[in-house]
Amino acid sequence: MASSTVLAYRHLVAAQVRSQAQYRASLAVDVTGSVLFGLLDIVSVVMLFRVTPTLGGFGFAEVFLMTALASCAFATADLVVGNVERLRQYVRSGLFDALLVRPLSSLAQLMAMDVATRRVGRVAFGVGVLVLAVAQAPVKLTPVRLALLTVTPIAGAVIFGAVFVATATVAFWWIESGEIANGLTYGGLNFTQYPITIYGALFRRLFAYAVGFAFVAYYPTLVLVDRPDPLGAPAFLGYAAPVVAVMAAVAAGLVWRTGVRHYRSTGS
Amino acid sequence: MVAAVVTNSVFGFLRFAVMLAVIETGTRTVVGYDERQLATFVWAGQGLIGVVLLWSLPELAERIRSGDVVTDLLRPIDPVWQLLAADLGRAGYAVLTRFVVPVVVGALVFDLYAPRRPATYALFMCSILLATIVCFSCRYLVNAAAYWLLDVRGPQTAWTLTSGIFGGLNFPVWFFPHAMAIGLIVATPFPSIIQIPLDILVERGSPTVQLGLLGVQAGWVVALLTLCRWVQRRGERKLVIQGG
Amino acid sequence: MTVIEARGLRKEFAVRVKSGWLRRRTRVVAAVDGIALAVERGEMVGYIGPNGAGKSTTLKMLTGVLYPSGGQVRVCGLEPVPQRTRLARRIGVVFGQRSQLWWDLPLRDSFALLRHVYAVPATEHAGRLVHCRRLLDLDAFLDVPVRQLSLGQRMRGELTAALLHGPEVLFLDEPTLGLDVVSKQAVRAFLAALGTTGDTTIVLTTHDLADIERLCRRLVVIDQGRIVHDGSLDDLHARYGSRRRLVVDLDEPLGAELALPGVTVESMQADGRRIIYALDGSTTAGDLVSRLAEVAALRDISVREPAIEDVVARLYTRQVTP
Repeated sequence: MASSTVLAYRHLVAAQVRSQAQYRASLAVDVTGSVLFGLLDIVSVVMLFRVTPTLGGFGFAEVFLMTALASCAFATADLVVGNVERLRQYVRSGLFDALLVRPLSSLAQLMAMDVATRRVGRVAFGVGVLVLAVAQAPVKLTPVRLALLTVTPIAGAVIFGAVFVATATVAFWWIESGEIANGLTYGGLNFTQYPITIYGALFRRLFAYAVGFAFVAYYPTLVLVDRPDPLGAPAFLGYAAPVVAVMAAVAAGLVWRTGVRHYRSTGS
Repeated sequence: MVAAVVTNSVFGFLRFAVMLAVIETGTRTVVGYDERQLATFVWAGQGLIGVVLLWSLPELAERIRSGDVVTDLLRPIDPVWQLLAADLGRAGYAVLTRFVVPVVVGALVFDLYAPRRPATYALFMCSILLATIVCFSCRYLVNAAAYWLLDVRGPQTAWTLTSGIFGGLNFPVWFFPHAMAIGLIVATPFPSIIQIPLDILVERGSPTVQLGLLGVQAGWVVALLTLCRWVQRRGERKLVIQGG
Repeated sequence: MTVIEARGLRKEFAVRVKSGWLRRRTRVVAAVDGIALAVERGEMVGYIGPNGAGKSTTLKMLTGVLYPSGGQVRVCGLEPVPQRTRLARRIGVVFGQRSQLWWDLPLRDSFALLRHVYAVPATEHAGRLVHCRRLLDLDAFLDVPVRQLSLGQRMRGELTAALLHGPEVLFLDEPTLGLDVVSKQAVRAFLAALGTTGDTTIVLTTHDLADIERLCRRLVVIDQGRIVHDGSLDDLHARYGSRRRLVVDLDEPLGAELALPGVTVESMQADGRRIIYALDGSTTAGDLVSRLAEVAALRDISVREPAIEDVVARLYTRQVTP
């Protein structure tokens, strides 16, 4: 039973890929666009360091590494879950009911059916930038650090993905929420790109810890460049991303279920 | 709307933190901005987002995709003017609501730069008007891509990213190399939306410079509106209606 | 075997009404106000009512999309809401207004995908697909992307899609809405054939009463959240006094009025040369014709059966206590 469910999702994803391949003009635009987006993700940091030698006590190489980790995670999340904000359209048009009538989880269907395969360029670019960042940091590679470098972007992607899903879920309560969702997701990216030392205590606690953004790039970078945290946090936090990712995913799942319950109580 | 304003305010704190971090290590001015000017830049910028409506839902694109747009085309007024008129009304209302709140929040917590020349206020208002039209045109063009692309997520994302980075939202355009900054301001519409109004507000340069910036905006208004109408006519011809 | 059981089924919505400048009062509106329904296996039930009566809401509760506010409901022995995914495998749903097919892919691909979504064994799926292709004439557009199909073609695709996993119950929400005459007939013929096999229970909501006449032996009428009639079409006519009409064309107007029990003159046209009688059954049409023939020269007669539209319209616009 379970394996047939997995097969079902695999087919849904494949169908989405085929669907998107139908629009050849869009495909070309999006693949080249993806690389452009990847570039823009890192432009901010590069330009900031034109006007200042350090940011929050960190030099360019270190902040560049943070940006690279954050952008790579974000691009991956965007690839897998980025279109989940289409939920708004589904609810509005009543198409969400069609998902509810099928014997699969509505969230899983939504994710499988809206995989943004065209964004793969951005992920590829992000990985390339990460390699560059690691090389110029420089990071002394050990097997542990290599593992950290592979796992952290994935965990970061899950954290971002959880934020995507949670903000999209707001569409169940409030259909015009698109603008806010946009701000939150891209704002999240901005927040994780820079060392959290630049933010006041309140915001740090809110975004870095509560939402988990600091675990996407900041703490892992500290471990990778072998630097103690100016804020005094223990070094093992750099490895905590996967744990935070699991917690974020669970939280997002709960938000989603609440949202669906609300939808099913009040109709559309 | 309340949530949008709250979001904008929260981002004001985040962005200003970045600016503060930048200026901390500089000599209290960065590419010609002092700390108070940067504060105004960030907070007025956050307020401005709601007025020009930098990011909005691709409703027009959805209408094109579903075919509903046909009803707009049957009306006697050109759709571009219809939508522009509606947008200006919205922007006027937003100046009183969405602009004021982040500025007030910023003023309460930080030290903002207040314009010294009375003429600046008038110039700023003009600039907001022009910026709104430029932003409207850009959003319109992004949506109109739906006539050809059937799925505007790509252009939409491109717009979201480039408008922020090249428009002066993430950081002032002058952080770019000098020549590139000039190029962006003159040859692209993005800075006309955020950067120029804010530069006018913080009085970066003499009144002549301010007027010059207004001129750049006006130029873009003309160019973009012409482009919008041209695209609209082409789009009407290309109309592919999806759906039963 | 009862496949659908509902008792005291309710659905209330809280509607916020602005009262004054800032305040909002919350009013509770009962979209479905205590419905009792029992549908046996193999039945074909028509579920009709005026707009806003609660048809779609009921259907959503039966399919697990909407939580009921009160009462009990079981479909195929399962409770729709907590056991949504289990129930989903055993029911098929066709929404008239919204498509469940994949917009950008050929119709064929949608069917293939649904096979995996519902985990249907390949041979069963293929068998049903062949059957549907034949009956609904799908081959002509099987490879066309769904977004390019006409409404009639799409609806035939939706019907197929809903049946490929062999559901026990098929729910249809306004399936013939907006279809051209030929497509409507095709859909009706298909559903009628499906109904006669007795394997699938069919519940159909519609505004097109010709659908009902053609397909449904049983008719449930809902108005303002309550069921006002649950029986056969004939019951409906009998209960609401629908009458047959006899249209009589005469060479010359009648000299005197005929007085027969249960016969009333509904209208006269062409200076009295055409009379339309309404019969309530006390006098048969045959008797009336005989009596007329005795006193006048008959040119032509025709009998009009009671129109379902009239009955239902009266039902919709009248306050009826069930």
